[in-house]
Amino acid sequence: MSVIDSPQIIAREVETPPGLFRRLIRQRQAKVGIGLAAAVVLLALLGPLLLPWATGYTSTEFAGRPFQPDGMLGTDNLGRDVLSRFLGGGLRLLMYAALATLLGMALGVLVGMTAAYRGGRVDGIIMRSNDVLLALPQLVFALLAITVLGPQGWVLVTVIGITHAPRIARVTRSATVNVITEDFIRAAEMYAVPKWKILVQDVLPNITGPLMVELGLRMTYSIGAVASLSFLGLGMQPPTADWGLMINENRIALVVQPWGVLLPVLAIAVLTVGTNLITDSLARAAANSNTGASK
Amino acid sequence: MTSIILRRLATSVLILLAVSVLVFVATLLLPGDPAQAILGQQATPERLAALREQMNLNDPAWQRYLSWLGGLLTGDFGVSAASGGPVADLLGERIAASLVLLTAASIISIPAGLLVGTYSALRHGHTGDHVVTGTSLVLAALPEFVIGIALVTLFSTTVFPILPSVTMAPPGEAVWNYPLQLVLPVMTLVLMVTPYIARMMRATMLEVLDSGYVEMARLKGVPERQVILRHALPHALSPVAQVVAIQLAWMAGGVVVVEFLFRYPGIGQALVDAVANRDVQVVQALSILVAAVYIVVNLLADAVGILTNPKLRTGGAR
Repeated sequence: MSVIDSPQIIAREVETPPGLFRRLIRQRQAKVGIGLAAAVVLLALLGPLLLPWATGYTSTEFAGRPFQPDGMLGTDNLGRDVLSRFLGGGLRLLMYAALATLLGMALGVLVGMTAAYRGGRVDGIIMRSNDVLLALPQLVFALLAITVLGPQGWVLVTVIGITHAPRIARVTRSATVNVITEDFIRAAEMYAVPKWKILVQDVLPNITGPLMVELGLRMTYSIGAVASLSFLGLGMQPPTADWGLMINENRIALVVQPWGVLLPVLAIAVLTVGTNLITDSLARAAANSNTGASK
Repeated sequence: MTSIILRRLATSVLILLAVSVLVFVATLLLPGDPAQAILGQQATPERLAALREQMNLNDPAWQRYLSWLGGLLTGDFGVSAASGGPVADLLGERIAASLVLLTAASIISIPAGLLVGTYSALRHGHTGDHVVTGTSLVLAALPEFVIGIALVTLFSTTVFPILPSVTMAPPGEAVWNYPLQLVLPVMTLVLMVTPYIARMMRATMLEVLDSGYVEMARLKGVPERQVILRHALPHALSPVAQVVAIQLAWMAGGVVVVEFLFRYPGIGQALVDAVANRDVQVVQALSILVAAVYIVVNLLADAVGILTNPKLRTGGAR
């Protein structure tokens, strides 16, 4: 916006409007974000494969006495190798966060599009139930579910997914409402195309911008939510190696064994900052496309 | 205008009722029942039956719901399965302690957010603006405990060991008698919500500064200070009220993590303990409490919105 494009560039852009991904990747901020997030994701994916080859220990094996400077980064409260636990502790967090986000997106998009397309009473009922779900903060809702069902993996994924859904549904609904008044939807209706087909083939491709932004945002929050619950001791359970749980276990000894806390904190911080930078760039890329979206 | 606010109030009450049903239904899913939870695995069938009778567990679910709801309204929150005492006694002081934390954080973060956002909008495109946008983008991404631990590492253990990292008021004494212990928890909450308020303030302020009436005021030769304070600021505030409300409500959730991190004796810590002990009555009471706070805060924000925005005052808004 600050730089005035030369006429040639403008002409080229008018001819072939670049896709969302191209507009995203063009921003420096997005490149930084992708770099940061990719580094942590690679670490989380490859970390477990490096064990015990790189450190000599698996992530739950006892390496010695508590808080000793054994191995590369010392041992934790139960005498397990900190580096091994760090390498092994990211994968599950990422998997749970990704699954919860996908579940939330699937539910939210489905509900939001239905509400917008059906309108009337269905819309009213869906949006009012949304208000009810939104009145409980995500974390409190998750804690309620964990009290009743216990801290299992599927409970974490499901409850975080469900608490994302109303927020995603709101965004989907308002994006869909803007699209369904367009002529090509009317045309499809006149050809008696089934409703679900209209939603999938005609509406969905036209609301990918806001949905991608929402995907990024919800992924950032999912990572935070899963990690927070484990940090509270109510998510992943010992002896699982997990970054959130590691922080919980080692924080009493922050002075003696800082790596046990700082490494996972740093990894989570880099990851969430990365995803948030991508999301912010996506939002800009999507906002720029609003002018030429009617194809 | 009063009728709109009244209608909003009625909706809020309905939502709160629906939340209470949701919370109550959650306990029906619990394997075993409260009597079993209080007496433990070794309880004799006779004692279980007696306690079930005493707690009215043999009544149909809707009757229990009504009596539970009636209890909530009269301040009777039930009996804690873990401690055996009334939930209300357990929570009284803790609610006060949490309110201290939340109030202090709001008093600091709301003006800070508005100021930073306005500054950023006025310096649009300059270094100051970039610094604010960048910092808020990073802070907004971080989970609460990451911010908290970073602060502890900075101010308590390594770099400047000047502030206590845990709250340790002697039993029976109020937390606010030790203001130094409040600094880090409050700072964490402030850093958590200020970025969102600042970002929203910047966005609406930019929009307002770009508007016709601000340009008009400037063309008339109104001093820049007055343009911003009298013409721009009031219009930029009302959309921000919504975001402030969402943030305050979010803080009610985030406070759980912050209290746990700093071992602060508030409702968040109580909630985590209750979940770990599967103390359903306490979890129920706290969930309802948090939901009520959320709904009231949102209602206030809507009221501010309706009062400051003439378009919402008349007829079928929302």
